[in-house]
Amino acid sequence: MTVTIYSMAAIALFVLGLYGLWWQPHLLRKLVSLNIASAGAFLLMVALAFRGGDPDPVPHALVLTGIVISVSATAFAVVLAARRYRETGAVELDDPEERP
Amino acid sequence: MTGWTLGPEAGLVGFPALGAVVLAITAARGRRLVVGLTLAATLVALVMTLTRLLSVGAYEQDIGGWGAPLGIGWRIDGFAVLMLGLSVAVGIAVSIYSLAYFGDEPGDRRRALFFWPLWFFLWSALHGLFLSRDLFNWYVTLELSGLAAVALIALSGRADALTGSLRYLLLALAASLLYLLGVVVLYSATGSLDLAQVAARLTPGPVALAAILLITAGLVVKSALFPAHFWLPSAHASAPSPVSAVLSALVVKGGFYILARTMTGLWPAAVADGVLLGLGWLGGAAVLWGSLLAIRQQHLKLVIAYSTVAQLGYLFMAFPFWMEGVGEQVASRAWAGAAYQAVSHGLAKAALFLAAGVLIHARGRDDLDALRGLGAHLPVTATAMALAGISLMGIPPGAGFLPKWMMMTAAIQEGRILPIVVLITGGLLAVGYLFRIFRRLLAADDVVLAHPPPRILELAALGLAILSIVTGLSSLPILSLLRIGAPEGFAAYLESVP
Repeated sequence: MTVTIYSMAAIALFVLGLYGLWWQPHLLRKLVSLNIASAGAFLLMVALAFRGGDPDPVPHALVLTGIVISVSATAFAVVLAARRYRETGAVELDDPEERP
Repeated sequence: MTGWTLGPEAGLVGFPALGAVVLAITAARGRRLVVGLTLAATLVALVMTLTRLLSVGAYEQDIGGWGAPLGIGWRIDGFAVLMLGLSVAVGIAVSIYSLAYFGDEPGDRRRALFFWPLWFFLWSALHGLFLSRDLFNWYVTLELSGLAAVALIALSGRADALTGSLRYLLLALAASLLYLLGVVVLYSATGSLDLAQVAARLTPGPVALAAILLITAGLVVKSALFPAHFWLPSAHASAPSPVSAVLSALVVKGGFYILARTMTGLWPAAVADGVLLGLGWLGGAAVLWGSLLAIRQQHLKLVIAYSTVAQLGYLFMAFPFWMEGVGEQVASRAWAGAAYQAVSHGLAKAALFLAAGVLIHARGRDDLDALRGLGAHLPVTATAMALAGISLMGIPPGAGFLPKWMMMTAAIQEGRILPIVVLITGGLLAVGYLFRIFRRLLAADDVVLAHPPPRILELAALGLAILSIVTGLSSLPILSLLRIGAPEGFAAYLESVP
């Protein structure tokens, strides 16, 4: 039961994050959305590690790796966005089909 | 734990990573020496891996002696070594090119400072990707190669490069998450991340289908398959030319490679026909749409980047031949064709981007009309472009001919009309967009070069272009390499190769 609640919450977070990533125009909001989606994926891994008895440690180790990647990627994206803001003053990505 | 086990293939990951660390510390001092040593050591590692493969057949390596499910397993077979060979060939040419490409201006020096460690890290991550057979390790190598690629795109610091790299980064991260979610579902269903163990334990059903769909969705974005291709042209065209070459030739192949491995590894029990057919449709659409857009571009690197969108489509046109009820002969021919196409496109496209870099360097502009009359001044580069073009258009003896021919015969044997139409139209459209470049290069206009390019730039491009013809002529060694450890159910055609 608990596992189901956690899994549903995780999937909800993941979908919410992807929705925000696609529809939020502001780059920082996109990044926050991306982190919400990551949190969803990681929560699912933690939840599914419990299958009765002792929880499986492998997904927990994977989540740690995932968090490290997610933190570094976010930091990198913030630097890129800040640099782009200094160069162009833009805080939003253009229409993807438009040639830069 | 059986002790410290390392085979020669570890050098393919280790030497570039070591070179990256050393170059990050020593910066410009002794760069040529460090780069040279790294290239030589990586090449030796490849040759030793190939030798071992040829003598013992496909083999598996558990890193540090930790076996699955706890450790990370590598699998060295013909497909892996073929892709590693492509990566090493392109990598060596790009490295030699880059030593001369980044000049002595302060901006160039600064860029070179970041380029070398990032490029060698990217190279190392790609080799890890090609060696792995572990679903989570693939996620890590995808992220490593993706982050390094984004940083390399942003290298110029220009606004268009920053936009292109940010868009790529956001999409790549979202795609990795989709892939990761699929992997988590597979793990919870099977308790393993090792592809072979997952395949043995997975039962068909809604859970397997959900996992396959998530993994496919993530990897489709990663490999820029239509309609998720829109990030590619701006990212690949705004990067420095050696970086564009690496991105188009190698990085996008990572997604395809994992998808092909997963689909053939989990085939047939856990792969749905609908997914395979869908990938084929998207591939065909990519060929047509990418080629049409390539014809409409006015900038040299955008033409080449859209051509990548088109050429990647061919890779995915092989997937429908793995559906239920298709004979092993046809399925294996399509599989081998796709692997061959990955190599032939990689070599030709890298040569094309390197040559484009020479032309843009020479004129200081990148619009198509700037190319008029350059052929007379830079005959070596024009030759490189022509040879790479022959391969891309699929004219024998270019390496692009045989893979398309193999897919064509597979389609004829199965009586499928659409793939045949797409293959022929795609080839004609490739002639269309490439001749827009060649026509201008060979125009009789008299032009003055802004900067005469260093000779070595031209030779690096020519070397890869020649290699893209040589791999077309030496199809038998390539097919018999692919036969070593070909996935179960995908060997029949290769067995018939002498």
